[in-house]
Amino acid sequence: MKHKVTTTVNGRKHEHEVEPRLLLVHYLRDELGLTGTHIGCDTSQCGACTIHVDGKAVKSCTMFAVQADGKSLTTIEGMAKDGELHPIQQAFWDEHGLQCGYCTPGFIMAAAYLLGQNPNPTEDEIRKGLEGNLCRCTGYVNIVKAVQTAAKTMSTSPARKATVAAGGN
Amino acid sequence: MIPAAFEYARASSVDEASKLLSKFGEDAKVLAGGHSLIPLMRLRLAQPSALVDINGIKELDHIKEDGHKLRIGALTPHVTIQNSSVVKDKLPLLAEVAGEVGDNQVRNMGTMGGVIAHADAAGDYPTLALILDAEIVTNRRTIPAKDFFKDLFTTALGPDEVVTEVVFPVANGPHKYIKFRRRLFDWAIVGVAAQKMNGGWRIGLTNVGPTPVRANAVEKALHDGAKPEEAAEHASDGLDPAGDLRASPEYKKHLARVLTKRAIQQAQGQ
Ligand SMILES: Cc1cc2nc3c(=O)[nH]c(=O)nc-3n(C[C@H](O)[C@H](O)[C@H](O)COP(=O)(O)OP(=O)(O)OC[C@H]3O[C@@H](n4cnc5c(N)ncnc54)[C@H](O)[C@@H]3O)c2cc1C
Ligand code: FES
Ligand code: FES
Repeated sequence: MKHKVTTTVNGRKHEHEVEPRLLLVHYLRDELGLTGTHIGCDTSQCGACTIHVDGKAVKSCTMFAVQADGKSLTTIEGMAKDGELHPIQQAFWDEHGLQCGYCTPGFIMAAAYLLGQNPNPTEDEIRKGLEGNLCRCTGYVNIVKAVQTAAKTMSTSPARKATVAAGGN
Repeated sequence: MIPAAFEYARASSVDEASKLLSKFGEDAKVLAGGHSLIPLMRLRLAQPSALVDINGIKELDHIKEDGHKLRIGALTPHVTIQNSSVVKDKLPLLAEVAGEVGDNQVRNMGTMGGVIAHADAAGDYPTLALILDAEIVTNRRTIPAKDFFKDLFTTALGPDEVVTEVVFPVANGPHKYIKFRRRLFDWAIVGVAAQKMNGGWRIGLTNVGPTPVRANAVEKALHDGAKPEEAAEHASDGLDPAGDLRASPEYKKHLARVLTKRAIQQAQGQ
């Protein structure tokens, strides 16, 4: 039996009838066409599918779409505003925080959650905060640098800081 | 992979959850944080006929201080336990362990009750529950932790029984949990918990058997005045761990001894 799901994704309201077994990541990609959220594993380990659900970083491959009913979601597509990259996206660009880019949306969403919790993390805190995300190209050094740079930019741009603390949207 | 089809219902009370479980029959399962169940369903290692979602039962998400006890609601996520000032103050070992379960994303979703009910051999809370004589409260009864964990993924819970709370004693003396693993977010290859309580040591081992193990021989040796390094030699007494991809039985026994020594020493050093 299908169930009705109402969600707000990147500020837009959606309503669908879905099968209970539909994973949230498939709902985002296949029903809403938001293919920026990636699937990198079958074991809930890689974090490529990380999004925010009511402000919390969540692996969208490990949640059913029916569980998102009534929730507010932010995906990588919701990060840039008015044609301007989010400071974390900009920092990944500037610091070359990606190689193939497959893991990047997940890292950016995990980093946004981390900086919302801890706006000024140490290198260790960044590494620990991103432990749930794997980069198969193993570009971790530049990923950490990108998060450090983003933390700096965001601390000098309070408006951005506030929106990220509220869930990256 | 895509999980097999199942029926889905939300429960708004524990009573309703139990009724729905009976209605759907014994292949139905509770859905809490989903962070053990959904990975298994994706690999089709689990194919429940129905899921009863208990996430709407808000009263199951709580941390209450109750005299010399801490009552942790079944739906309390790891992140809340990790950051709770009450838990940090009254049972710091539990807050520290919660902060080492999986990663941020896992800790945002996974719950106390889920770890206890799932009874994975590498689960971290079951070891603490066992050595601290915690109690598992369900909609029907209260089960001492020592009678709760029966076998690998097997507990004393009946098919329509729902865990509502796990009740721990207050213990804020010297303590340490050492989790040995290859990558930060991994499950323990072997874990060791040490907690000083009421003047004696409680020592527990994770992932060295189908259920958590209380290292009675180590506790006794410490009680009789042995040094940590001497007492820790008994950590592998009577163990018969299964080998897996990451460690042979012999290596796990070795880790049990070495980590027990370190856990006691580091706890003493606090
Ligand atoms: C990448 C990753 C790493 C992890 N690392 C660790 C780790 O290091 N240590 C660790 O301990 N765990 C680890 N976990 C597991 C995580 O802690 C799970 O959240 C937990 O084991 C299950 O809790 P849950 O709330 O997600 O339960 P679910 O997955 O929803 O349920 C698990 C089982 O328990 C049953 N159940 C759940 N709640 C109840 C209840 N209240 N009453 C009766 N039955 C119930 C369900 O029916 C199901 O059978 C990891 C998970 C992932 C994905
Ligand atoms: S796709 Fe979700 S964790 Fe890998
Ligand atoms: S950049 Fe290729 S997986 Fe991370």
